[in-house]
Amino acid sequence: MSPSGPEVIKQVKAQIDEVDPADVRRQMANGAVVVDVRETEEFDQGHLPGARHVPRGHLESRIEAAVPDRDAHLVLYCASGNRSALAAHTLKTLLGYEHVESMTGGITLWKDRGYEVEIPRALSREQRERYSRHLLVPEVGPEGQQKLLDARVLLLGAGGLGSPAALYLAAAGVGTLGIVDDDEVDLSNLQRQVIHTTERIGVPKVDSAEVTINAINPDVEVVKYPVRLDASNILEIIEGYDVIVDGLDNFPTRYLLNDASVRLRIPVVSAAILGFDGQLSVFSPYEGPCYRCLFREPPPAELAPSCGANGVLGVLPGTMGLLQATEAIKLVIGAGDPLVGRLLLYDALGATFTTVKVKRDPECPICSRDPGSITDEEMGVFPDYEAFCAAAG
Amino acid sequence: MATVKVPPVLRPSVGGEKEVDAAGASVGEVLRSLAGAHPGTEEQIFSPEGDLNRYVNVYLNDEDVRVLDGLDTAVGEGDTLVILPAMAGGSR
Repeated sequence: MSPSGPEVIKQVKAQIDEVDPADVRRQMANGAVVVDVRETEEFDQGHLPGARHVPRGHLESRIEAAVPDRDAHLVLYCASGNRSALAAHTLKTLLGYEHVESMTGGITLWKDRGYEVEIPRALSREQRERYSRHLLVPEVGPEGQQKLLDARVLLLGAGGLGSPAALYLAAAGVGTLGIVDDDEVDLSNLQRQVIHTTERIGVPKVDSAEVTINAINPDVEVVKYPVRLDASNILEIIEGYDVIVDGLDNFPTRYLLNDASVRLRIPVVSAAILGFDGQLSVFSPYEGPCYRCLFREPPPAELAPSCGANGVLGVLPGTMGLLQATEAIKLVIGAGDPLVGRLLLYDALGATFTTVKVKRDPECPICSRDPGSITDEEMGVFPDYEAFCAAAG
Repeated sequence: MATVKVPPVLRPSVGGEKEVDAAGASVGEVLRSLAGAHPGTEEQIFSPEGDLNRYVNVYLNDEDVRVLDGLDTAVGEGDTLVILPAMAGGSR
C-alpha cells in the first residue's frame, strides 16, 4: 500500500537536514543563501530579509537562475516546513545541490520568535499584467519595475524630443514625470511632436501631454511646469528629480541646466537634433564629463542655428527622444552601460551611428569644482549670454 | 588622405557634402587643407590666432584631439576626423 502524504513528508524529512530558525539567523550572517519556496502571494505578504523567491512549483526550472552555485549553502523555508523539506529533497537528490537545509517550522515559527520580516512593496495584479514584459526581463524584473514606479524623471520640453520620450517613459511606468514647457500646441508641431493631437492645437503643451500620458498609464503622476526655465526657477524645479531628459532648444538654457544639474548632482540625458543629424550623451555629474567639458562655450550666434525655426526630419527627434528614454530607464534601473563619457552621433541619411569619447576637463569651469562653490550668479553664464539670441536675429 | 566628417552647420561651406577628403600629416594640416579648399570653413574652425575654436571639437577617429596633441596630432592614411560644433536644437 502506498504511504500517506504525511508519511511521505516524514520520510523525506528523515533524509534531509532541518535547521532551527535561530540557527538560520546565524547562518544568514555567515552568507547562507535563503530561498523562499512559497507562492508569490505568500512571499509578497512578507519574507525573510534578503530571501530569494523560487516557488516550489517552479523549483526545478528556476533554481539555477536564482542560485547558480551548486556548492552554495542553501536554506529553504515555506510556511511551516513541509514544502521546504520536499523542495530540499528535490534539490539534493535530483539537482545535485550539496548543502541544502530546510528551516523547521517555516516562517510561522520565525515570526513567533519575533525575528525580522521584510514586507516587499508588491505590484498590484494589474501592474503585474501591465508590466509583464518588463518582469520577464532579468535586468528589469519586479525590482527594476518598482524602481521605475518610484522614479522621478523631468522632461525639459514636450516638443520633438520630449514627446516620444514621455510616451515611452509613461508606458514604462515611471511614477512621476515632470514636464517643463511654456509653449502651446501649434499645427506645425504635429509633424514630429507625437504626444499632441490636431484637436489640441492651442492647448498648453503640458496639458496636452498630460492627457496623453494619463490615457496611456494611470500609474504616472504628471507634474506640470508651464514656464520657461531660467536662473530664477531652475534649481527649484529640478531639485528632487532622479534624471533629467534634456530636449532644450537653445544654448543659454543648456548651459544653465548643466551648471544647475552639476550643482545638484542630477544626471542629464541630453540630445540635440538638426536636419538629419542627432547627438546624444549622458552627463552624470562628477562621474563623467559635463556639458561644459564637451563644449566649453557655445558657438557664436551666427553659427548656432538654434534660435529660430530650423528644418528637421520629423522622425529624427523620435529616434533621438527614444534613445534618451532608453538611457533614462537604464539610469533608473541601474542596468547596462549608460552613455557617460561618450557622445553618440546619428546620421539618419547615411544610416550611421558614430561614437566619440568625451573626457572630463580638469579645467572645466563648473565640474572641476566642488558643487557647493557654484554660486547662483555663475550659473548659465557664458560670453554674450544676454545678447545670444538677439544677435541671431 | 584623411576623411573629414563635416557637421550640418559647415556643409553649406563644402558644397553640401557630409564627408570630404583632405591631405595632411597632422590634424592642423588636414584642417588647413580643408579650409584652403573650402574657405567658408576657416573662420568656423579656427580662431583668429590660428587655434581651434573653443566651441568646435575635433576627433581623430573617436578621440578628442585636445587630449592628444591638438592640431599637432599625427594623422595617418585612412584616419577619420570628425568636426563637431555644439548643436542645441530640441525642436519646439
